[in-house]
Amino acid sequence: MNPYYELPQDEAGYSFGFLDEYAKREVRRNILKAICIPGYQTPYASREMPMGRGFGTGGLQLTLSLVGWGDTLKVIDQGADDSVNAVNLRHFIELTCPGVDTTEQTREATLIQSRHRIPERQLTNAQVLVLQVPYPDPLVVVEPSEARRKIMHGEGDYSRLLTKLYEDIVRFDEITISHRYPTRINGHYVLDPSPIPRFDIPKLNQSPALILFGAGREKKIYAVPPYTNAEPLAFDDIAFRTEDFTDEQGRRRSCHRCGATDSFLDEFTRDDGVRIYQCSDSDYCNQGIVAHILSAGEAAL
Amino acid sequence: MGYVAIKGGGVAIKGSLEALETLRAAEGEQGVPLSLSAIENQLRLLTSRIVSEGGLYHPRLAALAIKQMQGDTLEAAFALRAYRSTKPRLMSTPVQETRRMRVIRRISSAFKDIPGGQMLGPTYDYALRLMRIDLADESPEVFREIAAKFMADTPGDALPETYPKVVEALRKDGLLPEAPAHDIEPFDITREPLIFPIPRSAVLSSMARAETGSLLALAYSNMRGYGDIHPTIAELRVGYLPVYLPHPVTGEEIEAGEVLITECEVVAMYENSDNKSKPVFTLGYGACFGHNETKAISMAVLDRALQKGMKEGPTNPSEDPEFVVLHVDGVDSMGFANHYKMPHYVTFQSDMDRLRTTQAKAEQKRGNKK
Repeated sequence: MNPYYELPQDEAGYSFGFLDEYAKREVRRNILKAICIPGYQTPYASREMPMGRGFGTGGLQLTLSLVGWGDTLKVIDQGADDSVNAVNLRHFIELTCPGVDTTEQTREATLIQSRHRIPERQLTNAQVLVLQVPYPDPLVVVEPSEARRKIMHGEGDYSRLLTKLYEDIVRFDEITISHRYPTRINGHYVLDPSPIPRFDIPKLNQSPALILFGAGREKKIYAVPPYTNAEPLAFDDIAFRTEDFTDEQGRRRSCHRCGATDSFLDEFTRDDGVRIYQCSDSDYCNQGIVAHILSAGEAAL
Repeated sequence: MGYVAIKGGGVAIKGSLEALETLRAAEGEQGVPLSLSAIENQLRLLTSRIVSEGGLYHPRLAALAIKQMQGDTLEAAFALRAYRSTKPRLMSTPVQETRRMRVIRRISSAFKDIPGGQMLGPTYDYALRLMRIDLADESPEVFREIAAKFMADTPGDALPETYPKVVEALRKDGLLPEAPAHDIEPFDITREPLIFPIPRSAVLSSMARAETGSLLALAYSNMRGYGDIHPTIAELRVGYLPVYLPHPVTGEEIEAGEVLITECEVVAMYENSDNKSKPVFTLGYGACFGHNETKAISMAVLDRALQKGMKEGPTNPSEDPEFVVLHVDGVDSMGFANHYKMPHYVTFQSDMDRLRTTQAKAEQKRGNKK
């Protein structure tokens, strides 16, 4: 190459939403297809994003293709807005999408990108939730070949998955799938709901908000459209169970910070060795504290 | 009582980037920042790897990526790929003839004498890997004289511009089947998702931007016995390929520039014939941007293995298109390997819940038995 060649200064200029317009249009087209076939994994030509595959590039491509002026965006990771990855993604979106507002409040957001959690607060039909997906196919635990899995999905053949659940019960007397619990959408396709805890699975069912799933590395988009049935796989005599947060005395554990007894709790050990529990959803926790302060203020009056 | 340490990430990220930048400049007062031209030229094989794995022929940007990523090949290729995502596809190139390549090196291990002759060119193959201590403290004057001296005694017209291709001779002799017609629109892996089974063009383009080490590992597994390709290199050539594009107005093909590429064609023993046609050798093809012979050879071996797998069903990992194509991409694999460093509190909480429940149940059972 010409030794005197200098990089033009605008070489790294980016368009709104980083991706070129054709790429965003392709993503939107595939979102429509995913909504039309609830739970079906729509293949798409995932682009490389400037953050690592596995760090939410699938969700990010959905967000960047959907976001526009007037949108208010919330980005969470493990339920928290200030987790390193959430901060990084939000910063990138702010950088490449001028004019888009960001928020930490679930209530205010029109678009929410999340990893591993669905917010505790009930979403509305004016909101879209985008979940980041590492493994889009629930059948991967029983069948490594994608070509064969595709046929199994088409035929609604989930017998091997149900057998796995059955074997769990025989061996452990419990279904041992802890998260990414296979869930049947609209009576046909079974999807991998991304690594959300079982606690969040019921929120998929008849959700007023559109829930989109983006798997960047595996190049798939799928959806749970609003007001659609979502049933976790289970047996007539063995019910699906969410995480158990009852203590030794049989009481529901509460958040040490806001006192909530209805949220998913993170467990950690304080420096003095005491094990404590705290809301994983940081906005829910903060709103709880605000509510306490307000009601305490009213009581004082 | 605050949040757990990892939260409050904004400050942490900023500090981390500063630490990274500090290490880049850690040479201190004596330090001279690397020039892009020095990286592109003196680390040309590194630059080659990045343009190839990044899937974008832009050596100067590749050099920038190498500098920015402090020499990490996976990260540098990744940066180039991400840059590529911002550019639309304006056109697809017509088929380029590698016969037109301005060759700097071409060899064949199949024939002692090939039309145009063997040309060893720049290679470490026969260089002794002894440490050259004299390079440790090279004077700029001596350094600058090297290239000038090399060309001084060579008349400009001493070498032919292009060389014929070995496989063409093999075809003429009826040892190889005719080249497949190239009227089929090639599969664009950057614009279409891979849905298996995939066409050979999708396999080839996936391998062309694959991570060198990953390709090598899978090809090596085939060479060692998890497969039976036993390749012979019909021709390996490295050089500058003129790229022809249709003129935007006249449509006539014009030379738009040239790219450095490595191309390898391996010939393997003939296939079980269907009895109707005469038996012939089979061909495996490998090509990538830049000078990267290990990659081109690995790719050619895998191409041949995968063609066999697609025809007769895979009997080894290296013959399974899904196994090979989905696991050789550096950006995908390094990204996923590194994502495990991110917090997984929620899923781990779920894991603990399942473990404690099953532990409690197992204990209960043991208690009942007593």
